[in-house]
Amino acid sequence: MTTTTAGAGGERINLLKVLGPAHIWGLGVGIVLVGEYMGWNFSVGKGGALASLIACWVIGLLYTCVAMIDSEVTSTVAAAGGQYAQAKHIIGPLMAFNVALYLVMAYTMLEAGNAFVAGDLMKTVAGQLGHENLDSRPFTLLVIAFLAWLNYRGVFMTLTFNFIITAIAFVAVITLFIITGPWLPGVAVTHKEFLTGLPYGWIGVVAALQFGMWYYLGIEGTCQAAEECRSAGRSIPLGTITGMVTLIIAASLTWYVAAGLMPWEYLGQAYTPLYDAATIFGNKPLQAFLFVGTLFSTLASANGCINDASRAWFSMGRDRYMPQWFGAVHPRYRTPFRAIVFLIPIAVVAAYKLPLDGVITFSILSGLLGYTFMSFNVWRFRKLWPLGTIKRGYIHPFHPLPAIVLFILCIAVYFATFLGYADYLISILVFFIFASFWFAWHRYKYVRRGDQFTMPWPRPKGL
Amino acid sequence: MARQPYQPPRQGVPGMIIDSLLMLVLVFFALMAPAWIAEWRAAHEPAAEAAATDGAAPAVTWEELGQNPTMQSAWEKLGKDPAAAKEIIDHRFDYTIDIVKLLFVAALIVFYFWFMLSSSAREYREVIAERFGDKDQG
Repeated sequence: MTTTTAGAGGERINLLKVLGPAHIWGLGVGIVLVGEYMGWNFSVGKGGALASLIACWVIGLLYTCVAMIDSEVTSTVAAAGGQYAQAKHIIGPLMAFNVALYLVMAYTMLEAGNAFVAGDLMKTVAGQLGHENLDSRPFTLLVIAFLAWLNYRGVFMTLTFNFIITAIAFVAVITLFIITGPWLPGVAVTHKEFLTGLPYGWIGVVAALQFGMWYYLGIEGTCQAAEECRSAGRSIPLGTITGMVTLIIAASLTWYVAAGLMPWEYLGQAYTPLYDAATIFGNKPLQAFLFVGTLFSTLASANGCINDASRAWFSMGRDRYMPQWFGAVHPRYRTPFRAIVFLIPIAVVAAYKLPLDGVITFSILSGLLGYTFMSFNVWRFRKLWPLGTIKRGYIHPFHPLPAIVLFILCIAVYFATFLGYADYLISILVFFIFASFWFAWHRYKYVRRGDQFTMPWPRPKGL
Repeated sequence: MARQPYQPPRQGVPGMIIDSLLMLVLVFFALMAPAWIAEWRAAHEPAAEAAATDGAAPAVTWEELGQNPTMQSAWEKLGKDPAAAKEIIDHRFDYTIDIVKLLFVAALIVFYFWFMLSSSAREYREVIAERFGDKDQG
């Protein structure tokens, strides 16, 4: 993709280049940090607390492979658009269309889940204050509408807002950890009393891999904002790497505190486990801070998700994979405003009609399909342009081992999802199959062939 | 020398609207299908119906639920009595594997990636031919 885009009236308008490493950190961590506040704990429900910890480590290996592979390909495919641009240059248009849809679905479902939790948090707190049966849905709608408006108005304001509220949410996790004093086992956190082994046996550990993805899902979305960075080469790696470090710390603290404060059966189905941890601890200021942290993490995540999903949809409009109408930039705010508005009803339907674990499962599966793509993408990349034929920003070691490990772990997570959520797996596969038929047999005729390859590389080997 | 660039047809407004609506409908069905299946199952499972008409559940104790005093204290701080906790504790996943369903899902995944990769490969050859020229032209 180039940095110049067609406006609604055919004029050429650029997206604003205003973002730095802190914004990228805010975008990446903002999307994923909510995974420490909610969602990861469904892995406890699928296999117990210890299974969740094992899943956290195993899926950490999956994301290490993703990071290694993505670093090489992204540093070489220096076009914005992340995995979408990679797919266009290495696999082909239908794969790129699917990759963009994975991004849209993963982020829009995550946005819906965030809005759902924000609404549910309001309901919980209202109940604790004596206002039972508060309807959470207006809050859910308000979150989606407010953040869509914020994104509509401009990326700089949006991601500056994200940076601030993400930082506060992260401080809240650290505060919870410090105040509960986990270095004094048996005082507040009592793992000896709560850890009950593996309630489902080892099949539960495999099943827990599904929601183990939630600890890290979405960090790779930072590269979606490359086109709006002042210096993408500096901002993207720096923001992403510091973001991963932040998340690893937050995930470890979260599991340790939550698993030592509440029974696994409760933890495995809670919508706001960290807020619940503060409630159990009985410290009112801490509870209030965790309320703020939970709310801010959901807002930051939903905000980043709208940013990323709309840019993926916008890119498809610009490349005519979707109607060109979506490829317009707002003449004043310089944002992909039509894509932002179009995705609102999808988020609202998901937030209103689906259970939280279902919404999260759709998001996880969309991400998982994208990671499966990465495993054969890097293999083909090395085959079409062997080392030495083009300049690479980074060469990942041990190829093809990371691709093989990633592929095997992806299969394990498909199986983990099959255990308990098979209907969701079938539904999303059928959706992507139909969408692929539609693209291959109808939509592709509108695509300009030569425009799909913009990198200054030599002809791919063997083609 | 690159081949003559492909000139795509211009899509009219009605076509754009139809394509956009079609995608919305597809997404909507994908999202709602599991919920509809769950509703259908709930309505057709005799065991669930019988349980629903059984009336009030007998009282349970923390000991019967296998909860030690620390766990019991945590449940109470979360506002759950033994009856409410039982509902949560009794909710268990069934990991019995339906081999036919598993094979069906595996076939779907294989077909999906096969179709996508083979179609992409064909389209990619067109992209490369337009960008770099046909192979025999160098």
